[in-house]
Amino acid sequence: MTEIGLSHYLAVAAILFTIGVFGIFVNRKNVIILLMSIELLLLAVNINLVAFSSHLGDLAGQVFAMFVLTVAAAEAAVGLAILVVYFRNRGNISVEDVNLMKG
Amino acid sequence: MLQAITFWILASVTILSAFFVVAARNPVRSVLWLILAFFSAAGLFVLLGAEFLAMLLIVVYVGAVAVLFLFVVMMLDVDFTELKQGFLSYLPFGALVSIVLATELIIVGNAWTEANVVAPAGVNTTPEGVSNVEALGMLLYDDYAYFFQTAGLVLLVAMIGAIVLTLRHKPHIKRQNIAEQVGRDRKTAVTMQDVKSGEGLGE
Repeated sequence: MTEIGLSHYLAVAAILFTIGVFGIFVNRKNVIILLMSIELLLLAVNINLVAFSSHLGDLAGQVFAMFVLTVAAAEAAVGLAILVVYFRNRGNISVEDVNLMKG
Repeated sequence: MLQAITFWILASVTILSAFFVVAARNPVRSVLWLILAFFSAAGLFVLLGAEFLAMLLIVVYVGAVAVLFLFVVMMLDVDFTELKQGFLSYLPFGALVSIVLATELIIVGNAWTEANVVAPAGVNTTPEGVSNVEALGMLLYDDYAYFFQTAGLVLLVAMIGAIVLTLRHKPHIKRQNIAEQVGRDRKTAVTMQDVKSGEGLGE
């Protein structure tokens, strides 16, 4: 209880990851929440990377977490841009209607 | 002891706010919960000794990404009550998948022990008497310089992509035509009129 080790951080990351996956499945009407769930998944991955980096004393994990952060920011920007274009065309942001093109 | 208390507080706040991100009815509240989740995760990073990443999380996520989300949520005119309607119908399937995922993670976590983790040779350790930021910078600009450049390229592509996607050309808007402006010369721009005195140009 008082000794905080690597496994505690891994448990937090695992719970965050599960919540993120749950959010992706549950929010079918709102793409914004879906994008936020993806951000939660990436945050969980980052916690894992930093926890191992701190545990092993290897800074490479933190460098990699930084790159994950970069990709997450880029993904959020492009995802929200697609969302805005989608809303202009359809007037809603429901995931269920995305199969418009029947691809 | 203080560290343990801090960890438990930060971890529980992170998980609770992450849950409310998913479960909140109003998307604006979801964004605010997301900000709280990132903030507490930054606290966890500080506990782990990754100060630079913690500050980066606050600057990039809270300062940029979450505010971007907030802008988009407030800009889009969506019906908030309609957004949550599929929640209950998808709840069983979502719960099933999450339970399976959680069980798998628990199984892996039980099979794995911290003793199995061996630090490999030639790790990039923090040198003595050097702060986390400085050590990270030395590593990033020496060993990972090309990756750093590539990350910048990714951001550039994302920026251009976002602009290209959202740019919209409306008709009936007067725009500057530079070629036309530069191509003007005396012949097209000036006419000589012979004005009789006391009559003016007419019109």
